[in-house]
Amino acid sequence: MAYAILFLPLFGSIFGYFGRSIGVKFSEIITSFFISIAAILSLVVFYKGISLGIYSNYIIFEWINSGRFIANWSINIDPLSSVMIVVVTFVSALVHIYSIGYMSHDPHKPRFMSYLSLFTFSMLALVVSDNFLQLFFGWEGVGLCSYLLIGFWYKKETANNAAIKAFVVNRVGDFGLAIGIFLIFFHFGTINFNEIFQAAPQYLDKKISLLGMEGNLITFICLFLFIGAMGKSAQFLLHTWLPDAMEGPTPVSALIHAATMVTAGVFLVVKCSPLFEYSQVALNVVAITGMITALFAASVALVQNDIKKIIAYSTCSQLGYMFFAAGVGAYHVAMFHLFTHAFFKALLFLGAGSVIHAFDDEQDIRKMGNVWKKLPYTYVLMLVGTLALTGFPFLSGFYSKDAIIEFAFFRNSNVGNYAMVVGIFTAFLTAIYSWRLFFKTFHGSYNNENLPIEKIHDSPFVMLLPLFLLAIGAIFSGFVFKEIFIGHNSVDFWGKSIFFLKEIKHEHVPFWLLITTPILVIIAIPISYYYFINNTKILVEFKKTNLPLFNFLINKWYIDELYDVIFVNPLKKIGLFLWKKGDQNTIDRFGPDGVSKMIKFISSKAVKFQTGYIYDYAFVMLIGLSALITFLILN
Amino acid sequence: MIEIGLGHYLTLGAIVFFLGVIGIFLNRKNVIVILMSIELILLAVNINLVSFSIYSNDILGQIFTMLILTVAAAEAAIGLAIIVIFYRNKGSIRVEDIHGMRG
Repeated sequence: MAYAILFLPLFGSIFGYFGRSIGVKFSEIITSFFISIAAILSLVVFYKGISLGIYSNYIIFEWINSGRFIANWSINIDPLSSVMIVVVTFVSALVHIYSIGYMSHDPHKPRFMSYLSLFTFSMLALVVSDNFLQLFFGWEGVGLCSYLLIGFWYKKETANNAAIKAFVVNRVGDFGLAIGIFLIFFHFGTINFNEIFQAAPQYLDKKISLLGMEGNLITFICLFLFIGAMGKSAQFLLHTWLPDAMEGPTPVSALIHAATMVTAGVFLVVKCSPLFEYSQVALNVVAITGMITALFAASVALVQNDIKKIIAYSTCSQLGYMFFAAGVGAYHVAMFHLFTHAFFKALLFLGAGSVIHAFDDEQDIRKMGNVWKKLPYTYVLMLVGTLALTGFPFLSGFYSKDAIIEFAFFRNSNVGNYAMVVGIFTAFLTAIYSWRLFFKTFHGSYNNENLPIEKIHDSPFVMLLPLFLLAIGAIFSGFVFKEIFIGHNSVDFWGKSIFFLKEIKHEHVPFWLLITTPILVIIAIPISYYYFINNTKILVEFKKTNLPLFNFLINKWYIDELYDVIFVNPLKKIGLFLWKKGDQNTIDRFGPDGVSKMIKFISSKAVKFQTGYIYDYAFVMLIGLSALITFLILN
Repeated sequence: MIEIGLGHYLTLGAIVFFLGVIGIFLNRKNVIVILMSIELILLAVNINLVSFSIYSNDILGQIFTMLILTVAAAEAAIGLAIIVIFYRNKGSIRVEDIHGMRG
């Protein structure tokens, strides 16, 4: 069964790609069908894990066996990976089905479906690996598919740029991950997770020196692994690719850039919890990075106008939540938030896709408004998604987000307390920007001049069905799985897959903490409605008086500009110099170009030697003969 | 009266040979002259052969000369035939016009 889950998407991808000769419909159906089966099987695996505790490690075959270096292709089913499998296959299946409707006008549908399936395969290979090498394979595989899918509309220049940007920024992170893996192999002599985690306590006091810095081995490893996680999960300083990645088709954003690939970083940190637990420094770095990202992304999301970019920054912010949850040692809560987030964020993205579809590929929320009667289903579904994201009581986001804040509080350390404050404040910001998005899209006045309001119509059933299923997940996943994931017996559920050095006690929550976030979240609704719909003048005035702040936010803290100054422009200059001066003027000039020019010159001279007159040839022959004979005689 | 010996014959042969060679190089007008010059070179060689044959009292040289003369006649016929064909094709047998081998 585990084999089927892993390989069905791969076969789907292959058949889907080559099935285009049979027909577009064939490709769509076969990929969606295979993924759906995988999703159903994954639910079975998940259920077996929860109820019967059946977990095992299937070794497919030995990949590399060289001296001490052994790497297997394997399917490792443990509580952690079974949760990830469910999230990946379930969201992927829904996105496949949704894409049939969303991409109905696209001429390259088979390619799209095939890439989606290939992505799912890579992601599954990542989460089920039992060693770092297969994890790295999946890690790069999802990076590749992300690149292919962001640049899917390859005729659009912005899409190509965004794809390249995503790839390059991810390389920075992958470099860190690779160094982390090298360090692990160098010192531990193995890349197998279990063996590393068992050996970890023996290396606690080992010091190494790297680039002149003396430090603890485990800390170094964790920091490098975390750099990898930062790249993939779009954490602060390596986040720049995620908003740009919204150039890709919306189903891609929902699958890759909301629910699955970007959570790979969180997964990595949680998976390596037996290492991170031994390094307080690394954990603090994780927590602080998470906090900064959460706050940063939420503040930027406040002023953006592209519907997908707002949700992208929101994803960034929620990933920050997951990281600081992991950073304060609440790995299971991070996983729980990952789980619920997958549902409501995919729902929001697909809902946004539905809106974009209705508005004929318009993404600017300033050009929407007052269409809630026209798009009744999308409206309700987006409402559910927004409520869940903001953490409205008793929806999924409420359970997971509040749990993060509570666990940060229970950590009882400086970092934990900061995390709690940042968490509450970010939750408030999240509510504001989510409702801003929602109200500006569906309420207020209709602002689109290109498209008459009569032409707005709701999406077809094939697009709404996945939304309904996701909405069910967004409403109930928090309530249903709360006990299992983060309840009192959750340590038994996670078993060996998550390691706690000292368990955070989940005691009685103080009343003020329990109600702070929900109250903030609820009062954010009327505030947003008032400021963004009823009385927009106040905001315009506010914008005028605080122009520097507004510019700072709308330009995303000038991070992109900073990178341009520090990295991109100098590199461009160096590249231009090496290309023009180094390559063209030096190497080419004296190398291939020079030689070919010289040969041309010599041959043009030599050609003149061939006059074509017999007597010249005869003369030369005679001279030559005489010279030869003279030479022979003299000798 | 001076005795006419081997040296005189060889000198004659050399003079005829160089006449032929110079004829090839100096002539810029007519291909037939080149053909004649080649014939002269052959004859010079023949003179040498006959002289050495008598000098060393060996009949073989004279037999070989007869053979060369025969072959030379055939060769002259072929050469003339080629010139005729060439004239038909190009309408000229001027040496300047024959430069099909120019690079």
